[in-house]
Amino acid sequence: MTLVYIELQKMFKKWRTYIGIIAIGLLTVIIQVSLYFTGKEIINHQMRGIEESFLMVGNLFNGYFISRMILTLLVIHIPFLVVLVGGDLLAGEATAGTYRMLLTRPVSRLQVITAKFISGFIYVVVLIFWMAFISLGVSLIIFGSGPLLSVGSGIIIFAENDIMWRFLCAYGYAIISMTTVIFISIIFSSLVQNAIGPIVSTMAVIIVFLILSAIPVDFLQGLKPYLFTSHLGQWNNFFSDEIDYKEVFESAGILLAHIAVLYAVTAYIFIKKDILS
Amino acid sequence: MNSEQVIEVRGLTKKFGSLTAVNNLDLNVYRGDVFGFLGPNGAGKSTTIRMLLSLIKPTSGEMKIFGKSIEKDRKEIFPKIGAIVEKPDFYLYLSAYKNLEILGKLSGADVSKKKIMSMLEMVGLDKRYKSKVKTFSHGMKQRLGLAQALIHDPELIILDEPTTGLDPQGMKEIRDLIIYLSREKGKTIFLSSHILHEVELISTRMIIINKGTTQVEGTVEELLASDKVKVTFEVDRVEEALGIINETSWQKEFKSTSKNEINFELAKEEIPALNKFLIEKGFSVSAIVPVRSLEDYFLKITEGGLK
Repeated sequence: MTLVYIELQKMFKKWRTYIGIIAIGLLTVIIQVSLYFTGKEIINHQMRGIEESFLMVGNLFNGYFISRMILTLLVIHIPFLVVLVGGDLLAGEATAGTYRMLLTRPVSRLQVITAKFISGFIYVVVLIFWMAFISLGVSLIIFGSGPLLSVGSGIIIFAENDIMWRFLCAYGYAIISMTTVIFISIIFSSLVQNAIGPIVSTMAVIIVFLILSAIPVDFLQGLKPYLFTSHLGQWNNFFSDEIDYKEVFESAGILLAHIAVLYAVTAYIFIKKDILS
Repeated sequence: MNSEQVIEVRGLTKKFGSLTAVNNLDLNVYRGDVFGFLGPNGAGKSTTIRMLLSLIKPTSGEMKIFGKSIEKDRKEIFPKIGAIVEKPDFYLYLSAYKNLEILGKLSGADVSKKKIMSMLEMVGLDKRYKSKVKTFSHGMKQRLGLAQALIHDPELIILDEPTTGLDPQGMKEIRDLIIYLSREKGKTIFLSSHILHEVELISTRMIIINKGTTQVEGTVEELLASDKVKVTFEVDRVEEALGIINETSWQKEFKSTSKNEINFELAKEEIPALNKFLIEKGFSVSAIVPVRSLEDYFLKITEGGLK
């Protein structure tokens, strides 16, 4: 616990740790302000064609709608923000030469690497909580509550008392997704002595996997279920009329397996590594 | 010399691919030693220190500190070790105080404000305790490095070039501190340094390594006494004195001359005999200056002139 506390102290004393928090805060405010002025037009556009057939009661342009929009827009970009911190967790020590100070203390390398992973996980949790607070909490205060209009394969309107748990589950799933991403950046971080490499490498892996899964070739489509990127967006399932829990749990299981393997491999590399920096 | 071995290294070898950085090295450091660890650049000093501190895994060999295995008994051994490995690097974005607090906490030290401030005061950084380390000069980081190595009151202190970057006053302070830690506090010091004069002044025992292998090991006095000493005799009538010397067996020891100086290479016990000879021949000897030093010895050893 002492090591985790120390890691968190170090992490939150670094400017780069706040880039993600500031970026999410700024983007959320920008989206909230723009939706404040144009959000009703979006609702009208989405409801076009059915508003004459149904009688709409209540405020569809509300905090839940705004928060859902923000989640859709931002969740794609959060990996870019978490790797800024994850890529620096080990490579930062190598760059600064502080491995020599850290690893000549009566702590094992396994303890050090575990503390790094826990800190990375905590950072992801903080970032997602912050996003939840500023997008959901603040939007509910500004725009009020009401039923949630969700547009996917069809138009679904969730009753007000059927929404909050969906958001909580979506944020929970996003934590698993982003933990996978930050753990990938930590494994790259354990291999090099400069934080830029792990950041670029992790983003390259994500982009390459996304492209591979988007190419309509049978062989590549067959690979899709095995690519972790195919499972990052399952949080969206919680905004379906009928949630496919089997699919959600399978995807979560695959991501958790990735997390376990990434931790084990990184720990092995780190324990065997010669510290030459 | 205390017979309790603090560091015991047998057949230590480290290979990086085809390069052998350390080759079958043996080390014996005893409690209370100020152990000088010498060698030219690339001799394998830093690699050895990194292996002793488990930063690098040896290819083969056995290392024991306080009679215990570094790999297996790490948690017992490391609270008793304080170290500076090469240049001291810190978390630059944290203050000197915070760095010491973090590193002390990891070593299980008392990290009360009083303790940390006393360590900072000892190395002359107490007035800069709030300053971020990124604002520190190399010398200040070196001092902070010493503070972090000592904060948990270790029994064995491993110092890799501890005076690099310090001004002469700072170097003397560190030397005095090492002597104090050794003599007054009974600490065992393992000192790697390029400054041979520094090692000569403060070490009790030393080893010289080159190309990863031991060249010589022993007490400083023993090693220096085992070789001839360069001595300069200042005499009047140099030419006349040389003429007489050339007719005697002292001619074999003669090396060079300049102005009123004649340079010899002599065994220590030969110095008074030559002095007596010159005086008896009527010359006035105004000074006898031994120029033999660890530096000459080191150069001979590492250049292969003495084995």
